Parts: sequence; structure tokens; C-alpha cells
Amino acid sequence: MTSILLTGNGAAAWGARLAKVDYVPAFPITPQTEIIETLAGWCDEGSMPARLVMLESEHSMLTAAAAAAATGVRVFTATSSQGLLYAMEMLYAIPGMHVPLVLVNVSRGLASPITLESDHTDLLATRDTGFVHLVCATVQEVLDSILLAYRLAEDERIRLPVMVNMDGFILSFTREPITLPTAEQVASFLPPFDAHRIGFRASQPIAQAVAVLGGGPYSYFRYETHLATLQALSVYEEIEAQFESILGRRHGAIETYRADDADMVFFMMGAFATKAKDAVDGLREAGQPVGLVRLRLLRPYPTGAIRAALAGKRGVAVIDQDLSMGKGGVLHTELASALYGTPEAPPILASFVGGLGGRDISTEEFYEIAQQTQRAIATGVAPAPRLLYTEAELRQLEKLRAVAGAERADLVEAVE
Amino acid sequence: MSDHIQHMKDLPSTHLLGTGTPMCAGCGGLLSLHEAYDLLGTRTVFVNAAGCMTMLANYPFTPFRSSWLYTTMASAPAGAQGIRDALDLLIETGRIPAEEDLTTVVLTGDGAASGMGLSATSAAIDRNLDFIYFCYDNEGYGNTGQQHSAATPHGARTATSRGSSGYPGYKKDLFAIWAAHRPAYVATVIGAEPLDLAKKIEKAKTLKGPRLILALAPCPPGWDFDPQDSVEIGRLAVRTGVWPLKEYADGRTTHTRVPHPRLPVEEYLKRQGRFRHLFEPARNEMLLEEIQGGVDTYWAAVEK
Repeated sequence: MTSILLTGNGAAAWGARLAKVDYVPAFPITPQTEIIETLAGWCDEGSMPARLVMLESEHSMLTAAAAAAATGVRVFTATSSQGLLYAMEMLYAIPGMHVPLVLVNVSRGLASPITLESDHTDLLATRDTGFVHLVCATVQEVLDSILLAYRLAEDERIRLPVMVNMDGFILSFTREPITLPTAEQVASFLPPFDAHRIGFRASQPIAQAVAVLGGGPYSYFRYETHLATLQALSVYEEIEAQFESILGRRHGAIETYRADDADMVFFMMGAFATKAKDAVDGLREAGQPVGLVRLRLLRPYPTGAIRAALAGKRGVAVIDQDLSMGKGGVLHTELASALYGTPEAPPILASFVGGLGGRDISTEEFYEIAQQTQRAIATGVAPAPRLLYTEAELRQLEKLRAVAGAERADLVEAVE
Repeated sequence: MSDHIQHMKDLPSTHLLGTGTPMCAGCGGLLSLHEAYDLLGTRTVFVNAAGCMTMLANYPFTPFRSSWLYTTMASAPAGAQGIRDALDLLIETGRIPAEEDLTTVVLTGDGAASGMGLSATSAAIDRNLDFIYFCYDNEGYGNTGQQHSAATPHGARTATSRGSSGYPGYKKDLFAIWAAHRPAYVATVIGAEPLDLAKKIEKAKTLKGPRLILALAPCPPGWDFDPQDSVEIGRLAVRTGVWPLKEYADGRTTHTRVPHPRLPVEEYLKRQGRFRHLFEPARNEMLLEEIQGGVDTYWAAVEK
């Protein structure tokens, strides 16, 4: 094992290299581009025996990825944000084909307004596709999750595509010290892809992804993909245990931090959870029994593990880096549906939306969230959903609006 | 042109495409596919773009004796790219024997080929992808009821051009767009001329790289004619010079049939309900002359 400093993007590239992927259909987009540039460099210099092909769009990139996976090779690809949405038609199509591939999404907010910076809106837009989603919080986890993703995707009981998510900029461009697994460790955890019956061959013709007529066959195949996705929960547990025994690191469906004896927990996913841990430590020092539950497996949703982790808690502060227009935080909604009616469900589920489009979530804000949630626990009244936004930010925005208005007035005057 | 097929009697007598497909009676696209498939053979994988022929493989049936992958409307060439690359990788690394290799064939309609699929097609040619691109051109979005596409001819009535002058645009020249990319091969064909079609498929098979087979596909419901007239209308498309049979290879375009005598385009137009408004209730001389003029100009340049 070697310890090195890598960005999240660098770790993703190393994950693909260590997984000995055969085929990388690629297309550039910020903040993902470093991944494919790194892989292209290795392919060009001959240190990575894979074929990288530049497509003309993410839609084509995912089509090529699916077609190659359906032909029986190990496929890796990566994108972000608008690119992920441009490929959306294929993201829905691939799970029903039951072919394994791994897609890294470097999450970034969606237009409008167009932005380069991070939140989880793009990731959550793909929630219902049938991809398995692993959501990372550290650079080490990005690399490890790619290895886990191939084992899971290629498992004969699953045969589904897996998306590994990292936060744009915050993880993609941040260097962290990580442990690079040895080739031997990877070989013992992740054997070469045995395509088995997957593939187009002269001797065994197959019609893939064909049309159906009527709701009967359609319902059957859609539900079958749902069941395969649910099956990924128990298979993931097995695989994750093997990963730990070989590589010594645990990456469960959820991560809990000082949550066992906590009264109140933060519930969230992604890199800001590492800041939440700091806040938990600070609150603990101040005598508050606070913890963290981090969602790592977004789909399939680990309902059982979440219920167990939250049973008996008095309050949960759900922090969403996304916004479902006209409803609110997606994680909050999902958590409510997972907990409703269970005997030990926490009575208070408070919703906070923050960290949109690269906005920070400060430690003070975690403290404030905890305070508001504790108050709700005391009064028994859940607070209204809150957007994390400071007065200073609002003042700054008002300045920008004033400038925009003045510029426009000047323009109108000039035209007249 | 290939030496193997010289006469009608040289065409394969074994037919590979199964019968009983959901295509319409008299489908000119199916006729051309049927003829092409006999020569392409079973060591093929068809990568399909959404269109009429998506309904060919329809769970649990397929008329093909070889493989099939449905993709999307816009990205079938990228699907061909993924399969081609994966087969190459598997053969290069010895994971499958070379005998398992397949010819990758995109199967698409004109709507996808000249519209939303054009970017993926152009990029596949840029990458010099080794594939055959078979386009059945029924000159509209046939599967949804013949709305006009970029391949609809000037003056034709479609579900979205019902006015007295029909479609105001001009048929996009997919042959020229392909040829401008300097690919390995581009050819126009029609099922009504099976010998010409067969020679071109044979030639395409000897080449590597991007190869377009563009088949005019007379469409009984879309063009509004009796299914039994499908072959006759196809022949008229060639004899009136509306559908030039030609090929591009090595930087040169060659016409494989120069119609002599060239019949008036009216002979072709009046057989189809989509052009009835040019003749009834009164002849639209101006539009008829414009259409004839376009065909005359084309052939004047060819015969020069």
C-alpha cells in the first residue's frame, strides 16, 4: 500500500486504472475533466491498457458505454451536471438492459442559472433511473467506491450500472492523503469481469433492449429491475464486508458518527458531512448529545439501516444540498417516507436546504441547525423548512441586483 | 462495383429476414432491408435508432437471425461505436475468437439520420468508425404518421404540411453531407432495383470505415398509395430521375444508373396522394415546373 496525495478526480482515475477497465467513452465537462485527462494520459503513455474514445456528447458517451458493456467488456465513464442530464435518456435505458458499468458523477448544480459549482441536484435528478448510487464524502472513498461499484455492478444477482458520486470542487479538486491499494489487493477483491452470457457474438445472437407491447410486459420488466436494485442492498453488505477484510476499510450503506447515544442527529450525504463531524465534536464538547448519520447508498435506499440508526432519536436535522421545486429537500421527503409509522421514529424531522451551487455550510450554521432542532424537540413543534442563507449574503445579492438594474438603465438610455 | 453479382440470377436465393413483421404492407424500407440483409448475412449486429423499424424486434420476437440492440433516436452510431470497440478489444486480448466478430450495422430512418441523429453520425464518421449505416428514407417521420422531416421533398403533403403547396422546404442531401466527410463509401439504393442494391452492398462489404446505404423507402400510408404499387413507384422514382442511384468512393461520385429516357416527374408524383394537391382541383403548374426544374438541373450537371 502506498500513501499519496490525490484529488477526488485523481482518485477516480486511479480507481478506474486499478479496476483494469477495458473501455472509457469520454466527454469533457467541468469539474470532471481531470478524470478523463488523467486516463487519456495513461492510455497514451501505455501505462494503462484501456481504450479511451472521445464521443461528441454525453448522450452518445453513455450509449457507447452501454453498448460496450452489453458486448461484455468492463466500462468506465464520468460526467457531471448538465452532461449527466444530457445523457438522461440513456441513464434510464441502461438499468433495464442489465449490463454492468460504472459512471462517476462529479456533482454540480444545474441551470438556471448556469453554474460550475457543486450541489446534489444533478445526482438526485437521476435518483429514479435504476442506477445504484454510491455517494462519497472523502477522496479515499471515491477510489474505494469505484472498486466496490464494479463488484456490485458485475454481481450476477444484480447486473446493474453503478454511479459513484463526488462533490464537484470540494472533493474533485481537493487533495487528501489516501492509501492506494496494491494490485494484489485489488486482484483478490475484484476478479476480471466474467461477462458470462452478456455479449453480442456470431455464435449466440441476441436481441437486446427490444420494444414491448402493452403494460403487462412493461410492468414486469420494470418491476424486475426494481427488485434487482433492492437486491443490491444485501449484496452490497456482503461485498463491503469482503472489502473490509481485504483492504481494512469500511464503507457501509450508511455511515454513523457518534450517533449511538445521540438525542439528535444530522442526516445528510456528501463531502460536507466531514464538516458536520467537526460540528458534532464541537457540540459534544459543549455537552450536547449530537451525532451524524450519512447516507452513502442513495439507491437502493437502505431503509432498514436508517430506521435502526434513527430509532429512538428525538430529532433529526436533514440537510439537503438540493431543492425539489415546489416541495423542498429531497432527502427530507425520502426520510419522512422511510420513517413514517415506524414505532421508534423520531418525532421531529427538521428540513434545512443549503450548500447550493458551491455555497459553503459553515460550522456556525451546523450549530444553529442543532439549536433549532433541539428547540423543536423541546416544544414538539417541527420548524418550517429553512434555506441556509445569511443576511450578509442577501446584502451582497442586493448590491448585485442594484448593479444589474443600473447597467440596464444605462443601456436603455443609450438605445433611446 | 463487385464482380460477384452481375445478374439477377446471382442474387441470394436464401432469404434471411423472417416474415410476419409489424411493418406496413408494401413497406419499401422493409423491402430494401430484406434485400440488403440477404447479403450482409447473419454475422451482423443491428444497432437501431427509434423509428418504424424499432418495431421489428418486439418482445419476444425478432425477424433477424443475428443480433440487435435498440438504442435511442439520436445515438445509434454511438451504440455501434461501443459494440465495435468492445468486439475489437475482446478479440485483441484473446477473450473471444475472431470467428465471433460481427459487422456493426446502424438501422435508422431519415428523421433520425437527417435530424437529431446527425451529430452522432457525423462524429462516428470523424472517428472513422468501421460500420455500415443503413437508412430507410421514407421522407418523413413515418412511424408517428408522416410528419415532415428534413428529408421530406419539396411540395409533399405531410401531417404537418397540409397546405395547398405542401412542404415548403427542400429535401436535405444526406448523400452530400456524408460525402463531405470523405468516408469509405456512400450509396443510394432502392428496393425496387435489387441488382443495383445488391452490387452496392457487396461493395460496401469489401470496405472498412463508415459506409452509408441510403435507401429510398416508398411508404404506402405516408405517401398515400396502394401497397401493391410500392415497387412500381420505386421504379418510377429512378426512371423520373427523382432518386438518382449513385455511389461515392475514393473521393469520386459515380452514377450507377442514368435514366434514358428520363420520364417526366409527373409520372412519379401523380401516383401518390401526398402530391395530389399538385393536380387537383387544378394543376399547380408553377410547383410542378419547379419540381421538374430541380430534377433537370441535377441531371444536367451529371450529364455535362
